Amino acid sequence: MTTEQSPLWEVFVRSRRGLSHTHAGSLHAPDAELALRNARDLYTRRGEGVSIWVVPSKAITASSPDEKDAFFEPAADKPYRHPTFYEIPEGVKHL
Amino acid sequence: MVEGDRMAPAAAHRTASVDGAVPEADTAVYEAVFNAAVAADERIEPRDWMPDAYRSTLVRQIAQHAHSEIIGMQPEANWISRAPSLRRKAILMAKVQDEAGHGLYLYSAVETLGVSREELLDKLHTGRQKYSSIFNYPTLTWADVGAIGWLVDGAAITNQVPLCRCSYGPYARAMVRVCKEESFHQRQGYELLLALSQGTPEQHAMAQDAVDRWWWPSLMMFGPPDDESAHSAQSMAWKIKRHSNDELRQRFIDICVPQAKSLNLTLPDPDLRWNEERGHYDFGPIDWAEFREVIKGNGPCNEQRISQRRKAHDEGAWVREAAAAYAAKHNGATGAAVEPSADTADMNGKA
Ligand SMILES: [Fe+2]
Ligand SMILES: [Fe+2]
Repeated sequence: MTTEQSPLWEVFVRSRRGLSHTHAGSLHAPDAELALRNARDLYTRRGEGVSIWVVPSKAITASSPDEKDAFFEPAADKPYRHPTFYEIPEGVKHL
Repeated sequence: MVEGDRMAPAAAHRTASVDGAVPEADTAVYEAVFNAAVAADERIEPRDWMPDAYRSTLVRQIAQHAHSEIIGMQPEANWISRAPSLRRKAILMAKVQDEAGHGLYLYSAVETLGVSREELLDKLHTGRQKYSSIFNYPTLTWADVGAIGWLVDGAAITNQVPLCRCSYGPYARAMVRVCKEESFHQRQGYELLLALSQGTPEQHAMAQDAVDRWWWPSLMMFGPPDDESAHSAQSMAWKIKRHSNDELRQRFIDICVPQAKSLNLTLPDPDLRWNEERGHYDFGPIDWAEFREVIKGNGPCNEQRISQRRKAHDEGAWVREAAAAYAAKHNGATGAAVEPSADTADMNGKA
């Protein structure tokens, strides 16, 4: 009999309808059904959610912290993507 | 938890409906729950029970919105290679790139209602789903880029801000993202027109000509008048729409008149004047015959827009095939599986 650690799951909770599911944390569980029940007991004991998603942690592909600069840099030198880049004469409304 | 508990039977209903018919009495209960949620200004989420007509209305509207974003890239992209400066070129590329992004947010939102991307694109390509009539007009001069940013994006913003409170959660959330990005679109258009307006007499004339051509089609973006709008009343009752076409059109006009003044440009409507009593600007009649013609496919660029879209899709086939082949090869090695997105999983009852 194996006592292998059961797989890791990432837990996403929707706090109320209308909002996105946001990452709450993670937990170990042998399958999706148990992960869901455990997530309910672990992350929504005080009514923190109305909906939960559990996702196998190994199914998540994350960007690497080492590549952070090179990865996100292309956005840094494009200030013209922001409305504040543009000069609008004083007094002009709704722009 | 009241909210979650109340919607619980609705989720159960979805599962039941997969297996077979649901007794009519149950449907009445689910409908009451749905109506109460809408009345209480709560959002409907993908797993909640919803009337079939609500679902199909959303599919039609969000698909049309998504299609408009990507077709809308064409008239502006027409000027990227001819932008008058590197600054303007970078701005225009960033804007067109944003519009592609808006299309993708919206396609994802409509997919939570159980339709596939392939089906949506196919319906666009075969004319079974529409996109905004505004994009069937040509961009004849550089000033058109400014007029589109100021007027077309301006009208889109007026339409989209209330959609951030749409009763369907995924659509509302997509709109929040879109609206955050739209502000730069409108400002760069205004700034571009202002630069032309303050330039040489020729440049000023070019800006004026662009505004003259884009003004009326921009007003048509809000759709037919309220008494002729087929879907409006039901959409308002469902809180998909929050304001009527005419209300939004009036709001847009009221915003634009002073802005046009600040640009030292005129709007091509001799009947435009402030009505003290109404607290709004009065405006002249809109040529709805033209609107219907453009919708029917007889606008100046309808054919060009769709054939270019099809061409882009067909010419991109080898990229999709190569990417799929690469993924298949590597998935074979790692054992990873391609799963539907979480909201789509919701739909299939897998989550
Ligand atoms: Fe957009
Ligand atoms: Fe835009």
